[in-house]
Amino acid sequence: MNGKCWKYGDNVNTDGIIPARYLNTTDVKELASHCMEDIDPEFVKKAGEGDIIVAGDNFGCGSSREHAPISIKAFGISCVIAKSFARIFFRNAINIGLPIFESEDAGAEISDGDEVKVDINSSKITNLTTNKEYSFTPFADEMKDIIQAGGLMEYIKANY
Amino acid sequence: MGMTITEKIISAHSGLQEIRAGQFVYADVDICLGNDITAPIAIEQFERLGIDKIFNPDGVVLVPDHFTPNKDIKSAQNAKLLREFAQKHRIKNYFEVGRVGIEHALLPEKGIVVPGDLVIGADSHTCTYGAMGIFSTGVGSTDLAACYATGKVWLKVPETIKFVFNGKLNKWVSGKDLILYVIGDIGVDGAGYKAMEFSGPVITDLSMDDRLAMCNMAIEAGAKNGIIEPDDCTEKYIKDRAQREYKFYYSDADCEYLGIHEYDVSTLSPQVALPNLPENIRPVEDLSDIKIDQVVIGSCTNGRISDLRIAAKILKNKKIDPSVRLIVIPATQGVYLEALKEGLIEIFINAECVVSTPTCGPCLGGHMGILAEGERALSTTNRNFAGRMGHPKSEIYLCNPAVAAASAITGKITHPEYID
Repeated sequence: MNGKCWKYGDNVNTDGIIPARYLNTTDVKELASHCMEDIDPEFVKKAGEGDIIVAGDNFGCGSSREHAPISIKAFGISCVIAKSFARIFFRNAINIGLPIFESEDAGAEISDGDEVKVDINSSKITNLTTNKEYSFTPFADEMKDIIQAGGLMEYIKANY
Repeated sequence: MGMTITEKIISAHSGLQEIRAGQFVYADVDICLGNDITAPIAIEQFERLGIDKIFNPDGVVLVPDHFTPNKDIKSAQNAKLLREFAQKHRIKNYFEVGRVGIEHALLPEKGIVVPGDLVIGADSHTCTYGAMGIFSTGVGSTDLAACYATGKVWLKVPETIKFVFNGKLNKWVSGKDLILYVIGDIGVDGAGYKAMEFSGPVITDLSMDDRLAMCNMAIEAGAKNGIIEPDDCTEKYIKDRAQREYKFYYSDADCEYLGIHEYDVSTLSPQVALPNLPENIRPVEDLSDIKIDQVVIGSCTNGRISDLRIAAKILKNKKIDPSVRLIVIPATQGVYLEALKEGLIEIFINAECVVSTPTCGPCLGGHMGILAEGERALSTTNRNFAGRMGHPKSEIYLCNPAVAAASAITGKITHPEYID
């Protein structure tokens, strides 16, 4: 994964990522068209396919709405890097196959507009703009199984 | 080394004699819940699996409560999807609009969830049922779809933080104020991924409605679950409602807590959360001259009968300020009927409030009371993120039902003792 970063603060909540006024649909394209709307109304105009969202603590707090990680994934964001993730968002992202990486230092130091590369095999986040490297918190083995299957439904198909 | 109540319930549902915080399990689910926002995605995912049968029709609950009565055509399509899925799989716990209530008020009231259960719900406030000695936690739609297929959920066993409340509560101070105070103390991720266990003499004296309000907001501190050990209050609440056998679990004396917070709450006054996070807590008397446009009394936090009784006591023979809109939302049809019998609805209407059918409605900015740009609401709901109740540039203050009712009379945030 390699992309331009869009940087946000702490406690980015799911109401802001996808407001309730759009929760009357499950259409992923429509959800993508409102991605991050109440956090940053310009997001869908300025961000592009493959870009990366970087944030502070507690990213995705609030509602359990899976529409939030779905809108981010369907928009084409390649991954989310944050100091920490709220727990329901964390499991939703793993379950639907949206790559997320927890890194205190990367969440703090990466700036808006930086070019960043993530290598899952070597567990490294590299800021190509500043030439700094970061590691991310490894996933539990059981979570890796779900991630490697491509999400929870794919994992179930293969294992039940 | 003993186990906490949370560890014991997860252990009993994982086929393991003993488990420890941090362990990864696939646990058996007694009840899984979905609503008209989250279940449509789960149903679509489940149907793509190509499995004919759900794990247990009696373990699946569908509550169309968020955008019902259907607010628009798309919402109606989603509600229809739930209805047809319930018919196809013979799900008895589907609640049509005349029987519905806000899910986290409805399931306890109907005895669908019982002490000792392991419950998941595709709604973040599923943690509410911990008040009844249940392990219950919010998940997403894919978790729900997986549970429809397998009857199981993946869980990392949480560490537990214990909160002990000593002293005696002042008049007008409720379970809502206790949980707001705790969130103010530890922050919106202060219990991230953890279990919050509430105990102490103040909890022993607390009603089930107030206990439910407390556990409801455990998620606002980032917690996986809130939980209270069952006692006489639990037994009294559940014995005539339970639809299944139930079991009381207790934390062992030698169990391990990540931390223990002790509070003396004898001097605590009603708490208010300022925009835009539930951790921005101030005592109500510190807030002067904060004018409000709308007041909401309802939700899965504070829409139960005891909440409406407190509001009605304050509003009796009074009128709300003409500049304010007060929306009262009984959380279930059962609560609505009881309020009608007790004359509470008449008090609300005479005070010039509007009374809505049970719905989550304005709490999440769905319908039935959306805010315009620059407007300010005072609400007994659980979340005050920027714009949650409507326009991105609108504000929400959170409080208990007594503060909400008193403030509607004056038009600004007011301590209930000022009206009393």
